[in-house]
Amino acid sequence: MSLRIVVTVKYVPDATGDRHFADDLTVDRDDVDGLLSELDEYAVEQALQIKENADDDVEVTVLTVGPEDAKDALRKALSMGADKAIHVEDDDLHGTDAIGTSLVLAKAIEKAGYDLVISGMASTDGTMGVVPALLAERLGVPQVTLLSEVSVEDGTVTGRRDGDAASEQLQASLPAVVSVTDQSGEARYPSFKGIMAAKKKPVESWDLSDLDIDADEVGLEGAWTKVEEAAERPARSAGTIVKDEGEGGKQLAEFLASQKFI
Amino acid sequence: MAEVLVYVDHVDGAVRKPTLELLTLARRLGTPVAVALGAGAGNTAAQLGEHGAEKVLVHEAAEYAEYLVVPKVEALQAAVEAVSPAAVLVPSSAEGKEIAARLALRIGSGIITDAVDLEAGDEGPVVTQSVFAASYTTKSRVTKGTPVVTVKPNSAPVEAAPAAGAVEQLAVSFSDKATGTKITSRTPRESTGRPELTEAAIVVSGGRGVGGAENFRLIEELADSLGAAVGASRAAVDAGWYPHTNQVGQTGKTVSPQLYIATGISGAIQHRAGMQTSKTIVAINKDPEAPIFDLVDYGVVGDLFEVVPQLTEQIKARKG
Ligand SMILES: Cc1cc2nc3c(=O)[nH]c(=O)nc-3n(C[C@H](O)[C@H](O)[C@H](O)COP(=O)(O)OP(=O)(O)OC[C@H]3O[C@@H](n4cnc5c(N)ncnc54)[C@H](O)[C@@H]3O)c2cc1C
Ligand SMILES: Cc1cc2nc3c(=O)[nH]c(=O)nc-3n(C[C@H](O)[C@H](O)[C@H](O)COP(=O)(O)OP(=O)(O)OC[C@H]3O[C@@H](n4cnc5c(N)ncnc54)[C@H](O)[C@@H]3O)c2cc1C
Repeated sequence: MSLRIVVTVKYVPDATGDRHFADDLTVDRDDVDGLLSELDEYAVEQALQIKENADDDVEVTVLTVGPEDAKDALRKALSMGADKAIHVEDDDLHGTDAIGTSLVLAKAIEKAGYDLVISGMASTDGTMGVVPALLAERLGVPQVTLLSEVSVEDGTVTGRRDGDAASEQLQASLPAVVSVTDQSGEARYPSFKGIMAAKKKPVESWDLSDLDIDADEVGLEGAWTKVEEAAERPARSAGTIVKDEGEGGKQLAEFLASQKFI
Repeated sequence: MAEVLVYVDHVDGAVRKPTLELLTLARRLGTPVAVALGAGAGNTAAQLGEHGAEKVLVHEAAEYAEYLVVPKVEALQAAVEAVSPAAVLVPSSAEGKEIAARLALRIGSGIITDAVDLEAGDEGPVVTQSVFAASYTTKSRVTKGTPVVTVKPNSAPVEAAPAAGAVEQLAVSFSDKATGTKITSRTPRESTGRPELTEAAIVVSGGRGVGGAENFRLIEELADSLGAAVGASRAAVDAGWYPHTNQVGQTGKTVSPQLYIATGISGAIQHRAGMQTSKTIVAINKDPEAPIFDLVDYGVVGDLFEVVPQLTEQIKARKG
């Protein structure tokens, strides 16, 4: 038996850079360096671990929907050890919302063929944390999400989901959609060998017509949500800063009292 | 007036505070109708009625505790079909967002997550989000279908607004999709006796500067003197000093309390993402250059092992 894993990875603007909106109120991706969303590295890592621990053949495909530069995210995932990559790119995708993104990803996953989809817990730009649930809904397969521990055996996926009120053990049959958190285990760094090998790995490019998606189902026009205003938050006015010379705790208590916290 | 569905987050019938905040927001848009599911759902009605719920749609079934997310989606879908609401509001927990997203797709609607405010508008609710680690504020609308919006805790006050709170049974029949992911066991979290992190009016957080698990006692003592919740940076969590459920930041909880006290935390962008909308921010850090000081209303440059105990003592003395 063999197992086909598709890992969804997003290319995002660097969070430590100066992120902002373009004139059409979409994310400005031109002025800021982009990278593989750090939280998707955990998804790639878990896919690679499942591959390494399996007796069967496992093939790990990384999939991104994004602009030309999103290839960088795929390269990074390939250099970590993924086998091949799919890049869905189309000018008409500009400004797609979460519902639209999940349509494109689901169609691409079906076209690629899969037994298991692994996503990150959330992107580091949109941070919605909804795409994995949407993929499960669209693909009509179980959702086994927000796992801090995951394993796959005999066509069954199990894992631990640490929620607010309880920690739960989950179980579902494949095919399934999994998402993993940053508690699932440190992601590996690409080795030099990995980086060299990645250059030779196949990257397929698909556009909307390859996926039988009409342009009006996606993009800014096709979106079911609309951003009407985006304003930079005014900088917080400079506060009072004191150096502790033995009275720091007291001074702070006075401040808290003056603000009626005590 | 149009009805607005509010998904109820409750534990065995005790309604959690974010749901009561949603009722405040729902009243701005129309008449609140609450949907309560699972064990104890029927016991939520009194509390929901006091805060504005005209009706409470109730369904108790074992599936809600035995299978992940989808049974709740199917119940909410049944409620949407029964009520034809003007909008659906769901608390922005990890699970709430997943429920809301699948519901939106099923009913052919757009979804907006992590709202921090909500107003009625000519073309439907106008939703405020705080994005890019709270460096931008956006206003958005759902343009297709019945708007589905998830709302962060502490986005609105809890208000008394007596209404009927009339209980009605919701008819739900589960599809085979509902039972796809089995919850084979559940270990409830032990209560610390402190306020819930996301709901607390005051949060005291410790970071790498706290230097060890045992030193978190200092942070807890300060928190207890203020009746506050305890938070931690990822560095402190990764070091194993404090549980991940208490992590504040991008991959932890977003908090928006009246007062946030950061001790031994540098203020990395991913930490700020989780606390930058706090009303008053205070930091104690020995490095005057720490980026956290850019955010503070009041900062003390100093050793937290000196400043924190003195502060705790002062607070205790003042509170008598
Ligand atoms: C600040 C901001 C706010 C937004 N708010 C909304 C909103 O309220 N409603 C709305 O409909 N849209 C919104 N969007 C658009 C939305 O972020 C994108 O459509 C996005 O592709 C999906 O949401 P996410 O990035 O939040 O993904 P999440 O749901 O957080 O992503 C989870 C996982 O899904 C996978 N994934 C997500 N996107 C891709 C991709 N393009 N390629 C491959 N894998 C992917 C990754 O594995 C990722 O870890 C917002 C965007 C931004 C930047
Ligand atoms: C994808 C991603 C997600 C992340 N998510 C999160 C998240 O959710 N939450 C989060 O917090 N981080 C998150 N991080 C990590 C973040 O980038 C920082 O590494 C982290 O916040 C640092 O924690 P810290 O401030 O406690 O530690 P440090 O940055 O090491 O700062 C420690 C501070 O303590 C001060 N200090 C030391 N000793 C004392 C003393 N005796 N008295 C007073 N001050 C002292 C130092 O001056 C220093 O400023 C994330 C990172 C990534 C890449």
